[in-house]
Amino acid sequence: MLIPKMLLWKLARHLAAIAALVLLGGLLSATLVRLAPGFDTDERELDPALNAGSVRALRQSRAGEHNILHFYASYLRGAIHGDLGTSHALGQPVQSLLRERWPVTARIAGFGLLLAWLLASTLAFIACLWRLPAYEILGTTVSGAFLCIPAAVLALLSVILNAPGYLAIALIVFPKIYRYSRNLLAKSYALPHILAARARGLGEVRILGWHVLPVAGPQMIALAGVTVSIALGASIPIESLCGLPGIGQLAWQAALSRDLPLLVNLTVLVTLVTLLANSGADVMTYILRSDGRIRPSAERGSAIVNAL
Amino acid sequence: MNTARKISCVIVLAVCAMSLAANWLAPAGYAKQFREAPSAPPSHQHLLGTDEVGRDRFARILYGTRISLLLAPAAALVSTALAALVGGLAGYLGGIWLRLARGFTDLFLSLPWLFLLITVRALLPLNVSPLVSVLITFLILGLLGWAASARVLSTSADALRNSDFVLQARASGLHGPRLFLVHVLPNLKPVLYAQFWISIPVFILSEANLGILGLGVAEPLPSWGSLLRELEGMISFREEPWRLVPLLLLIVVMTSFQTLLSNEEMTA
Repeated sequence: MLIPKMLLWKLARHLAAIAALVLLGGLLSATLVRLAPGFDTDERELDPALNAGSVRALRQSRAGEHNILHFYASYLRGAIHGDLGTSHALGQPVQSLLRERWPVTARIAGFGLLLAWLLASTLAFIACLWRLPAYEILGTTVSGAFLCIPAAVLALLSVILNAPGYLAIALIVFPKIYRYSRNLLAKSYALPHILAARARGLGEVRILGWHVLPVAGPQMIALAGVTVSIALGASIPIESLCGLPGIGQLAWQAALSRDLPLLVNLTVLVTLVTLLANSGADVMTYILRSDGRIRPSAERGSAIVNAL
Repeated sequence: MNTARKISCVIVLAVCAMSLAANWLAPAGYAKQFREAPSAPPSHQHLLGTDEVGRDRFARILYGTRISLLLAPAAALVSTALAALVGGLAGYLGGIWLRLARGFTDLFLSLPWLFLLITVRALLPLNVSPLVSVLITFLILGLLGWAASARVLSTSADALRNSDFVLQARASGLHGPRLFLVHVLPNLKPVLYAQFWISIPVFILSEANLGILGLGVAEPLPSWGSLLRELEGMISFREEPWRLVPLLLLIVVMTSFQTLLSNEEMTA
């Protein structure tokens, strides 16, 4: 009975922190857009066909956005009732834009993450099992080379090579997962009890499942949470350059046109997804640790953020 | 220092030296147009050919390297100073200040780096003079890139606040800024150096991302980002492979930086 209570308490704390950070993130974004040069200018005002009354009406339509606290309060009121506002640049309700675009980003980022994790963890496991110097050098060189290529260049290369967008995301995330998990597994394999298990003739699969993963598990799960944030961030250049109509491309368009309602909603959405991924990883680690399936580790997610 | 690090050090120093000597090494200025030879292939006159408006690509790489390699450390300096101010001070003060600073860094870290960077840069004016665009680009990198470093520094400063020598200094009557400046800050130096060096390659890559998206350094000033933007017009690698030189140079320099940084800082 004690564990579910503690788990509930942990969940409540996470949710409260997420709510506070998401609200602050939205306010920060709204403030940035409000302070951005050119915020007050509507390109339609330059149309010579419009008379003074029409120009006044245009200015009046954005008057509610001048006081940022007033705008944010009315935005939150609307959001509670399911109204996320209307995009100035695209002239569509933000809700429908997000509904249209989110699946594209979710598919690209999801496939990209899946591919990156499969590739990186398989190669990291092989590197730790084989322990061949040539393989180590190859793995380090390949992952190092991808680590040095900007996300936007990978997007351009995927356009030139006619490769899918998720491959670019996979190649951006892969080196980070590979390097971190390879070092983590190497450290775990070097632990005395694992060396003893190997000396007693335990099979590699059993060592991996029963001794290595329980030690490396918490950090791998935390890493999974962090990679969601990396994939979401990379989706902006990739979707913009590859012409994919997702959230990343929408954020790009919203920022260029100083579209306050759209940008605030996108910031809230991206912050929410990132925080949910990180908190989900944290809660999962907690549950597994309570079950005794994984062992405590001193390092946590924040250390991974810094290492990446 | 092992061999790989020595080689990396030589590469970084050589590239820096070449970029600093651009005025003597480059066959022409970065903006000089050879209108009779636009999109020319490599020749004796133009070692890496010319771009679409006839500017010497080798000259632009040299000058662009100078901008990227000099200003990324400047941005890293700004971000590390901010991190020391926010994280170091919050860790030293502890209590509510530490919680506030951690909440603020959490807010910054909850937004993906590229999302934050690209959005903020896109919000700022784009039709500015080249020099102003350089300042905006690298100032943004410095002003937005402090959060992860501040997080690390707040933890380190928090640990120092409770250390024996700080307690003893406090007991001896030392308080306030003097205690922070004389005893805490000097002991944060190794962490500050590490965060500074880690930030440089991150900022080089970030500038490249911004440049490719047209949000970086404005024309005609070159930078690695604007040079990589040339890849946008490529149809295949076989057609004009010399256009990949800026990318290869970036990979070589970044790899050298990675090798120079110790394993502990870069990985688990």
